[in-house]
Amino acid sequence: MRLLGFLFLIVSALLIPGFILRIKSIAAGRKGPGIWQPYRDIAILFAKGQVFSNTTGLIFQIAPAINLSCIIAAAMLLPFGRYGSLISFDGDFVYFLYILALGRFFSIISALDTGSSFEGMGASREALFSMLAEPAFFILFAALAIVTGHTSFSGIFSEYTISGDHNILIMTLIGVFVLFQSSLVETCRVPVDDPKTHLELTMIHEVMILDNSGFDKALIHIATYLKQAMYGLLIYNLITPFKLNLVFQIIIFVLVQALYAITAGLIESFRARNKMNRNPKFILTISAVAWIAFVIILILKK
Amino acid sequence: MKGSYIEIENNSGPYRIDDIPVLPYSDFYNQTITFMRERDSIHCVAYFGIKYQNRIRIICLLADDTNGKIYGYSFIYNDNETLDSVTKVLPQMHLFEREVHENFGVRYSGHPWLKPVRYSYDRLNTDQVIENYPFYRIEGEELHEVGVGPVHAGVIEPGHFRFICHGEKVFHLEIQLGYQHRGVENLMVQSVKPLQKCILAESVAGDTVIGHTIAHAQLIESLAGIKAGSRLQIERCIALELERIAVHIGDTAALCGDVAYQLGQAVCEALRTSVINTTQLWCGNRFGKGLIRPGGSNYPLNAETAKKISEMISDTGRRFEDITERIFSLTSLMARFEDIGTVTALQAKKAGATGMAARSSGVARDIRVTHPFQYYQKVNVNTIIQQKGDVLSRALQRKEEVKESIRIINQLLVVWQENPENISKPRYDVPLKPDSFSVSLSEGWRGEICHAAFTSGDGKIMSYKIKDPSFHNWLMLALAVRNQEISDFPLCNKSFNLSYCGHDL
Repeated sequence: MRLLGFLFLIVSALLIPGFILRIKSIAAGRKGPGIWQPYRDIAILFAKGQVFSNTTGLIFQIAPAINLSCIIAAAMLLPFGRYGSLISFDGDFVYFLYILALGRFFSIISALDTGSSFEGMGASREALFSMLAEPAFFILFAALAIVTGHTSFSGIFSEYTISGDHNILIMTLIGVFVLFQSSLVETCRVPVDDPKTHLELTMIHEVMILDNSGFDKALIHIATYLKQAMYGLLIYNLITPFKLNLVFQIIIFVLVQALYAITAGLIESFRARNKMNRNPKFILTISAVAWIAFVIILILKK
Repeated sequence: MKGSYIEIENNSGPYRIDDIPVLPYSDFYNQTITFMRERDSIHCVAYFGIKYQNRIRIICLLADDTNGKIYGYSFIYNDNETLDSVTKVLPQMHLFEREVHENFGVRYSGHPWLKPVRYSYDRLNTDQVIENYPFYRIEGEELHEVGVGPVHAGVIEPGHFRFICHGEKVFHLEIQLGYQHRGVENLMVQSVKPLQKCILAESVAGDTVIGHTIAHAQLIESLAGIKAGSRLQIERCIALELERIAVHIGDTAALCGDVAYQLGQAVCEALRTSVINTTQLWCGNRFGKGLIRPGGSNYPLNAETAKKISEMISDTGRRFEDITERIFSLTSLMARFEDIGTVTALQAKKAGATGMAARSSGVARDIRVTHPFQYYQKVNVNTIIQQKGDVLSRALQRKEEVKESIRIINQLLVVWQENPENISKPRYDVPLKPDSFSVSLSEGWRGEICHAAFTSGDGKIMSYKIKDPSFHNWLMLALAVRNQEISDFPLCNKSFNLSYCGHDL
């Protein structure tokens, strides 16, 4: 059963990007590509050869694989409703965050390895924004840990259930908000970044992978898709009462992931992205909101 | 103002070359400075050299916005003479002097920076090539340089941009163009058939086909001493306004795209298509290639097409109004447009800005009003201006100009029906008057386009000069991004949407 949850995660990771694309093309009144387009692109990338620039070294070649494996390692920590995760230990949410950070560290130094001034700019933006995004996640899960008395994802989510208690409801709402907003930062979507842009000077994540090609580029895309699905799964875990039976759980999971994709798609259709120097403020706001949840819990516990 | 110059009018003539007074350089220098210093309304439309009677003659053409005149005067350059640069006093002349220096080896002293305009090497000193090209530098440990181009990520033309940045903030931008140099001016002289010249004029800048061909056609007509009939003039104006509408809507789409506002982008792109498709319906080409020819037209407007145009513009106008209302009330988008890339009116004047770039900075320069050509003499054109000179002003400028163009087309369509004369086929074989010259200005969507031609004793064109508005306005972009964030550069760039090949010729 634990493996099942992990498989659901992989399947949803396969579907979300195409779904977001569909939502965006419907919102723009375009015919648009099919839901499988991202996978056709990845299949093409896998079939292609790779080009390495002369200025790059070993780091550049191994970084995409390390990044992907870090993300898979992190994904294995996530439970699926009442079914626990593949790996679980006390304090694993700290491990979760830093294994993701390790992956990001490698993508940043791989961008610096190319010596391109664009990629250097992208790397510095990525480093800054992810650093600012970190406290939000910690504060939120620290609050959840206080509520439930557990420090692992499996423990937290097996204990945390939505009930009529209005404090818990507020806490859940804030949690969903924080996770959703962090996912926009982490997966480089509007309003923080624009995955569609071709303008090197305005990119954050995309500019870091300008030099990657073929197989490596496919790995990087897969890593991003997985990350997206992981945030969807976290949101699902937060709002699902774990006592439901499997069928209901799956239905809710599908709904949550679909809603996640629809919301992300609509945001990308109907608003402009932030000015670069507004991004820190935007990201710090997420932490501030998470802090509210933490304070609510402190009051509750007294 | 006393001085020695020939006073000519736009799209008239032909005038005799010998009527352009030849001044000693000191008088030329003083006259240029007096003219442009005393009055804001006078700006330089062209400053170029011709080889005349085996000597290099440098001609300066100034346009006076108050009385619709163009003043022409010249000097003769003797080899190895070093001239005092006008740029020291009038920065707007910097590019003209660089161009003359590059093409004729005229030496200037006191010019702030005589670097090449179009060639990858200095033609006077071939050791200086683009590889060891001295880009402007600021030394500092915390500064870094970002070079963009000449090959860009989008499907656009080549040009090199060198930023000097402090973190995300741009201190200085240097723009090096010339990668697209095709020698259009020389080809204009070399091409034997008049039709070839028309096709060359169409290719000066791909998005200003109508603007450049109107300038070319009226130049040939005035050199030949013929005048287009009212109906033909009206049709040309309609085509020019259609081009303006199409480009402004397309650029609004691109501006939305650059800030990731998908709705605005998708809607405006669709609207632009409906405009250019109407041009295609009219002449078979979406950009209006083949539509404007000297002396006549291969595609006279018929009642059916005129009705289509009228329906299309009212429909497009309404839809564009709807979407721009949304665009300019969206807070996330206004936060991106407001106070970004500001160019003040003073900077615009000093840079010699023209067209919509100047108007959005509060400088009311519009050739349609000041030096009316074709049928613009008889229709009422309002000059739209904005005051702030930021990206928002330029976006609003486009919105308002689309509205105004629609109003102009509606006026033109009414008078078009009242002038039911026949339009003849184009006249390619008209003889041009020998030893003459003429100057033709038109207001393309980007701004003032200047074509000037000189004929030799046998009535052949011996020198042809083209000036696209981009020539001045690239400096506006460099000024706009100072102290801005480097991530806002694409937005500033798009808000001007200048032509690379129009500059490079």
